[in-house]
Amino acid sequence: MLKKIGYKLILAVGLATIVTVGIYSYINLKSQSNVLLSEVERHANQLSETVKKSLHYDMLSNNRESIHNIINTIGDDDCIGGVRILNKEGEIIYSSNSTEIGEMLDKKAESCYACHAADQPLQRLSIPERTRIFRLDENSGRIMGIINPIYNQRTCYEADCHAHSSAQTVLGVLDVTICLKEVDAQINASEVKVVLFAIVSILTLSFIIGFFVKRWVDKPVQELVKATNQIGVGNLNYSIKNAGSDELGLLARSFNTMTKRLSEMRMQLFQSDKMASLGQLAAGVAHEINNPLTGVLTYSSFLAKRNKDNPEMLEDLNVIVRETKRSREIVKGLLDFARQSTPKMGSFDISEIMERALAVVSNQLKINHIELKEDIEHNLPKISADANQIQQVFINLLVNAIDAIGEKGGKISIKTSLIKLPPKGIVSIKYATCPNGHNLKDDGHKIEGVSTIRVKAKANGNDGFIYLDPFYGKQRNLYNISLGKNQSVELFCPECNIALVDIEQKCPECESPIYSIPIPDQGKLEGCTRYSCGWQRWNYIDNAGDQQFIEIKFSDTGCGISKEHLTKIFDPFFSTKGQKGTGLGLSVIWGIVDNHGGKISVDSEIGKGTSFTINLPVRNI
Amino acid sequence: MSKYYDILVIDDERVIIDSITKISGLENWSVDSADDASVALYQKDLTKYRVIICDIMMPIMDGFQFLTELEQRKIETPVIMVTGFTTLDNAVKSLKQGAIDYIPKPFSVDELLSVIKRGLKHSDLILKKSSESNDPSTSQFIVGCPHNYYRLGWLSWISIEETGSVIVGVTNLFTKTIESINNIELWNIDERISQGNVCTKIHTIDDLTYNLLSPISGKIIERNDKILQNGKLPEKDPYFDGWLYRIIPNDLENELKHLTACSSDPM
Repeated sequence: MLKKIGYKLILAVGLATIVTVGIYSYINLKSQSNVLLSEVERHANQLSETVKKSLHYDMLSNNRESIHNIINTIGDDDCIGGVRILNKEGEIIYSSNSTEIGEMLDKKAESCYACHAADQPLQRLSIPERTRIFRLDENSGRIMGIINPIYNQRTCYEADCHAHSSAQTVLGVLDVTICLKEVDAQINASEVKVVLFAIVSILTLSFIIGFFVKRWVDKPVQELVKATNQIGVGNLNYSIKNAGSDELGLLARSFNTMTKRLSEMRMQLFQSDKMASLGQLAAGVAHEINNPLTGVLTYSSFLAKRNKDNPEMLEDLNVIVRETKRSREIVKGLLDFARQSTPKMGSFDISEIMERALAVVSNQLKINHIELKEDIEHNLPKISADANQIQQVFINLLVNAIDAIGEKGGKISIKTSLIKLPPKGIVSIKYATCPNGHNLKDDGHKIEGVSTIRVKAKANGNDGFIYLDPFYGKQRNLYNISLGKNQSVELFCPECNIALVDIEQKCPECESPIYSIPIPDQGKLEGCTRYSCGWQRWNYIDNAGDQQFIEIKFSDTGCGISKEHLTKIFDPFFSTKGQKGTGLGLSVIWGIVDNHGGKISVDSEIGKGTSFTINLPVRNI
Repeated sequence: MSKYYDILVIDDERVIIDSITKISGLENWSVDSADDASVALYQKDLTKYRVIICDIMMPIMDGFQFLTELEQRKIETPVIMVTGFTTLDNAVKSLKQGAIDYIPKPFSVDELLSVIKRGLKHSDLILKKSSESNDPSTSQFIVGCPHNYYRLGWLSWISIEETGSVIVGVTNLFTKTIESINNIELWNIDERISQGNVCTKIHTIDDLTYNLLSPISGKIIERNDKILQNGKLPEKDPYFDGWLYRIIPNDLENELKHLTACSSDPM
């Protein structure tokens, strides 16, 4: 039961409420009953004074009958327990309870004790000291008694009866007792009220807290647990919807980002796995085929050697030798093609690679009656590329075009040209420093193999690092600090803590402050500090103008691709060829072009044909 | 077991052993065989063969392990690697590990004959070398490559120039193990050669053709045309006047890992 965070919180808050409300109620009750009792006390004292004063005259005139009457009348009242007068010796002279008249009270009796506790009897007492609260027996209600000493006065010892001498100070005591039934009832009633209030407030607080805990903690946590379980069973497409803006919402969002990355990585792994097993398969097949081919080749060339003087047979044998050698080249090509190797960059002429690619598919073009229209410029600048990979791209696109055209025949046109494009998203930042010259490039974190720019970030009182994307304008920054969507960060040099943000300068898109990082010999890189704003400016590069690209366009007159498929064709394993394809071709092409810093785009119309356009950057090497 | 053979063929494919035996019959070479490198290593006295022809992919012990074992046991019998898994990596790796040559399957009769002949000569040279230590007067000796050069196995060498270009040539041991050169086929300028692939064909007076594997990948920017007129040049001065190509390398840094520095060779 106490395993849930909600219940734990309710328990804690409940305990706190019980303690607070308990202490409050105790003090409140205490002071309330004190006030009530002192009120009763004052009232009793007044009553006692009144009785004393009203008896004064009758005392002087020694009118005992009248005194009895008055005492009895007063003593009759419900709320008054009894009225009695004791003389100095402790004898009860008058009492509303006539049976006790003439009784002697011990000095230890509760009426006498207040004054006679000490050896020398006290003569004056304050009001609270004169009162006492007691019970007659276990079951009776509380009773308050008040004693009122009757002091000797001139009128007393000069009276006609000469009952008192002038030497006496205290003549006797008027003792009035009042029952506290009503007061106690009142106190009880308020006690009940306070306890009820305490219980109600504890319950209400628990419910309110329970409600919000459920809403703010329970639900998001349950959602997270559900998502984790989904990831656990392998569903990496699951994402948490309606993530709030609090810490749990942030957790949910970064959870979503993590899942997305995981799923991308799994996809890549899957793909490279597939390519690897494809390579293994090809290698195995090649190995198996090469052994029997060796038999054919050695025996046929052996026979050819032995039949040198039989020209007719020699000619036939040479055909076998030649064709076996051709098979050998095909198998070798298969192995080279399937082998996944690290890209080997070199400087190449695109037209040269194109020629090689066209040589591979030339037979297929012929078989399918496809007319090839080449518009290839031969004086284009060379590009830095892996010739084998680029050739693979060309071959794949050509084979796709041939498949799209089918057997009815058609036309494929290839056009290469030199174009210029803006540098954003293509140019990478090779060096970056702080204004004090500390190197900011971080080899530990790379994006597309290029070191990121490491800066210290501060937000919400937290410190962290941000690794800026080294590709100008791409902004695939890595965050080692949690940030809200619209939050700005302060950035510093990790070495010397110099601020990299210029508050005076505002982002032209969202008015947030911008950062400025010096790029040695190439001006400075500026960008927005707001998490969700992707604005960046690098005047040096922008001013240098557009970058050179070689554009290669493959157009076919094939069946075309529908609009709904067009957005998915570069996704891994998306295929419209059914059993004929793996769905990897175009995703691999995309990866190769992307690795070369280039772009590939597609344009198609059903029934009319498709054209793929590749832009590869011309880089200085 | 005490019988001496010219050739030991190690291959798990019967047809390969048969083919090699048949071809060797043309030259009257004696052939013994084993169907796995482990069989050859533990059941045969490997010093009784002049040349070993070994497959790379075999069920128990593969060709690379076999080469390592030979090196550990200090057995100097020359090994020629053959494989159906014809990747450049396999070629380069074999040569780096000490094989004297590499031929991809399937091979023709001439290809096999030339490579075995070279192996037998190599074997003879080693024997001569060990007897030389007793008799230093023998004139036949092999010139090692200069210490700042790098070599691919015992076949070809490179010398890195200050400008970043690379000179490619053939080793003295290679020319010593073939008959006198008749002529050399050179690739054209602007053509590309790759490490482990054939970069030149050497024709000898006994009508055989030897394939020389390239030590490096790159584009040919200059070739030694003097060789075309005088094919003997590499025999006479293999490391200087007898160079073959000047190339711009593609990936020198990576490919250097597969080469052996000549400075590590014993003088």
